[in-house]
Amino acid sequence: MSAPATLLAVRDLNVYLAESHILQGVSFDVRAGGITGLLGRNGVGKTTTLRGILGLVPRTGSVVLEGAETTKLAVHEIVRRGVAYVPEDRDVFAGLTVEENLRLAERAGAPLRYDLVYELFPELEQRAAQKAGTLSGGQQQMVALARALLNGDNRILLVDEPTKGLAPLVVRHVVEALRRAAEVATILLVEQNLSVAHSLVRDVIVLDQGRVSFIGDVDQLMGDAALARRHLGLAAAGSH
Amino acid sequence: MTPRVRLTVLVVGLVVLAALPLAGFSIPGLFEGALGGPGTLNLLALCFVFGALALTYDLVFGYVGLLSFGHALYFATGVYVTAIAVTRWHWSLPAALLLTAVVSLVLPLILGAVCLRMRDIPFAMVTLAFAQAGSILVAQNPFGLTGGEEGLALGGDTLPSFLIGVTNTRNLFWIALALLIVIYLVAWRAVNSPPGRVWQAIRENERRVAMLGLNPYLYKLGAFVLSAFLASACGVVYLLLQGGANPEVTTSGFTLALLVMVVLGGVGTLWGAVLGGVVYEYLDFRLVALSNTSAVQALPGILRVPLSEPLFLLGVLFIVLVLFVPGGLGGALRRRLVLTGATKGV
Amino acid sequence: MTTIALLLITGLGLGALYFLIAAGLSLIWGLMRVLNFAHGAFFTVAAYAGWSASGLVGGASPELQWLVAVAVAVVVGGAFATLTEVVLIRPLYARHVGQVLVTVGLALATISLVQGGFGSDPKRLALPAWMTGTTTIVGANIPNTRLLVIAFALAVFALLIFFLRRTRFGLIVRAGVENRAMVQALGIDVQRAFTLVFAIGGMAAGLAGILAGTYYGTIDPGRGTSMLIFAFIVVIIGGLGSVTGSAVAAIVVGVLQQFLNFYGAAGVGDFSVVLLLAIVLLVRPGGFSGAST
Repeated sequence: MSAPATLLAVRDLNVYLAESHILQGVSFDVRAGGITGLLGRNGVGKTTTLRGILGLVPRTGSVVLEGAETTKLAVHEIVRRGVAYVPEDRDVFAGLTVEENLRLAERAGAPLRYDLVYELFPELEQRAAQKAGTLSGGQQQMVALARALLNGDNRILLVDEPTKGLAPLVVRHVVEALRRAAEVATILLVEQNLSVAHSLVRDVIVLDQGRVSFIGDVDQLMGDAALARRHLGLAAAGSH
Repeated sequence: MTPRVRLTVLVVGLVVLAALPLAGFSIPGLFEGALGGPGTLNLLALCFVFGALALTYDLVFGYVGLLSFGHALYFATGVYVTAIAVTRWHWSLPAALLLTAVVSLVLPLILGAVCLRMRDIPFAMVTLAFAQAGSILVAQNPFGLTGGEEGLALGGDTLPSFLIGVTNTRNLFWIALALLIVIYLVAWRAVNSPPGRVWQAIRENERRVAMLGLNPYLYKLGAFVLSAFLASACGVVYLLLQGGANPEVTTSGFTLALLVMVVLGGVGTLWGAVLGGVVYEYLDFRLVALSNTSAVQALPGILRVPLSEPLFLLGVLFIVLVLFVPGGLGGALRRRLVLTGATKGV
Repeated sequence: MTTIALLLITGLGLGALYFLIAAGLSLIWGLMRVLNFAHGAFFTVAAYAGWSASGLVGGASPELQWLVAVAVAVVVGGAFATLTEVVLIRPLYARHVGQVLVTVGLALATISLVQGGFGSDPKRLALPAWMTGTTTIVGANIPNTRLLVIAFALAVFALLIFFLRRTRFGLIVRAGVENRAMVQALGIDVQRAFTLVFAIGGMAAGLAGILAGTYYGTIDPGRGTSMLIFAFIVVIIGGLGSVTGSAVAAIVVGVLQQFLNFYGAAGVGDFSVVLLLAIVLLVRPGGFSGAST
């Protein structure tokens, strides 16, 4: 196999919300396979970048998936090309059961991976008939991840802070699930928990105030305390 | 135009308007009969009242972003409270106006306090429901006060004589013009005051206003009450002009007409709203006249019926404006002015 | 007792009509955040289309005439609504106030056109003989039209619940009422669901139009608008976006209105319904129900 090709190319992405210029010409590539980390402090535009790739916010610039321009497409058309979204607030449908949440994510023509989903999250099978709104935060995160993993033809998963607000034991479960998910799809991961990020990601993109401030290897960033502090504002980054 | 030129044009325009009742000539096609005749003066006065009323609606809808569907209720308050006090209870006009003023403050204060618990579309639905309650109340003719479906002719025994009769139409014309000017000035002062700027901030982003430590609810209520009170003042002048109260003004259809006026003229601009109100009332009146012309009556039914319905034509015009001219007539006119200004290098 | 039974069933009949209008309004609002003033126009146009069609088959039996009127009203209501969504609502995507405004314009234009074309006098709808009769229930002579309207509303309620709970489109609608953006982010074309809820809402409103003609015996241009306002009240009391909530609220509003109009002065019932709305809003700003069905 040749060197991993570029799966997703983001070029000069700009997003304005109200009067704020949230993203100011963001450009980066995501290589096929593995997990690429999108890091940075709070409020620098990580979530907006993911939403911009999906077309959930009005944006200019270009997003190329496997050589094809997607910027002109509607949100659902971009998703159907194999872009799955796991939003920061999970956004499970609270009034629908777990099973209905998953069924909604099913895409006609795609091979469905219920076996993988239920292997990773056996709880979801047991709670199939339960309303998603009554689940714990960790369980809701599982539903959100399961929705993204379900369709076998997904090319890339955009995962936004999957461990936020979860207990350590649940975090470990989610990390393990992400590791397994990376075997079947490429993942672009936004993660504030740097030890989680370090253990999972290979390539790193760091955003600062709406611009890309660093692109490179995770060990290069985390291994250099000065570099980590400059880009992530964290002193203890190298201790992992 | 520089502010000074604009002011001069405005003052000259107003003087010409005020002198209109003295004019003996006519403008065929635009108005029937002499320009200074009672028919034309009455139509123009109605146009002024609707211009002013559209302006009061624009205060809540255009400047605060509150889509109220109950504005007719406050206009009708001015119409009916005054009519009942004068005609049924034989109060003097000043006493009746005082009562109207009190009701016109208290009613919107109470209803606004309830309605503003909701936002956006639910707010619109609730205001509509309250206005409907008012409409039902008037139609039921409680204690024989409102006259129900028949309406209520303004009884003359306590009214000053200069307000009555065809020969005094010019007095009413001047009152209507004064109403428009006063309401314009009040509205202008209000939207350029500190609270007025908060209203516009609420329209853009209510949450941000709340984060600044201001209470959006109180500002919205203030705007709601002010707008309703001014609308009641329009209702009083309308009552004098029409010589009676008509249940038509309490209906939801009437509020929708107001909405059409404001959108027609341009949401969120004072003079745009006035323009919309004036043009709407003029078109509504003239389109009826048009439908009775022999040219229209001779058309086959498929053309005659739509052309005979002013509301149909206005409704279609409204849809076209919303779809294709979001700024309304005012916005289109302003763009024209800016463009010609630019080419002249001003 | 007899009076109470009569009032109760008449109120239920009125509530049934409200429900048929409110169910569509509620779903449209829940999914698209559009307050659809044109709903009264769907109601009115469909009623007149049904009345005209029943006139065209004037030689047929009254039963057939009536069935033709119902079928035509449902089809015309659905078609009109679909056209409205595609032509007027869709271009204004993301401009909610603009969407509301075009429905206002459409309502004004349509109703006045109907009035111009058919006149403002009520038109008598041809009814089969058995409909004009009565059925005795606990001693009260209940007009059969009341029972008929209630039966239709129950059937529509059952169909809607089946649609929402058991079909994929229903799943999409329920999810979309909660979070439209996330539905799109799952690769679903929400636009199609928009058109569908408009079509369903229009069909139900059309049915309401012809059933109101059956209930009152006549159709006129103004009824759609006045019923629409009570349907709005039903939608708010029932909780926006909830079909079950609308059904419960429609019953409460219809029955309350009927009883108070009878025992109080005329119009007291109508007035009290608005008062009920104010109380509900003060106690629970979200309406009775928060559920998405």
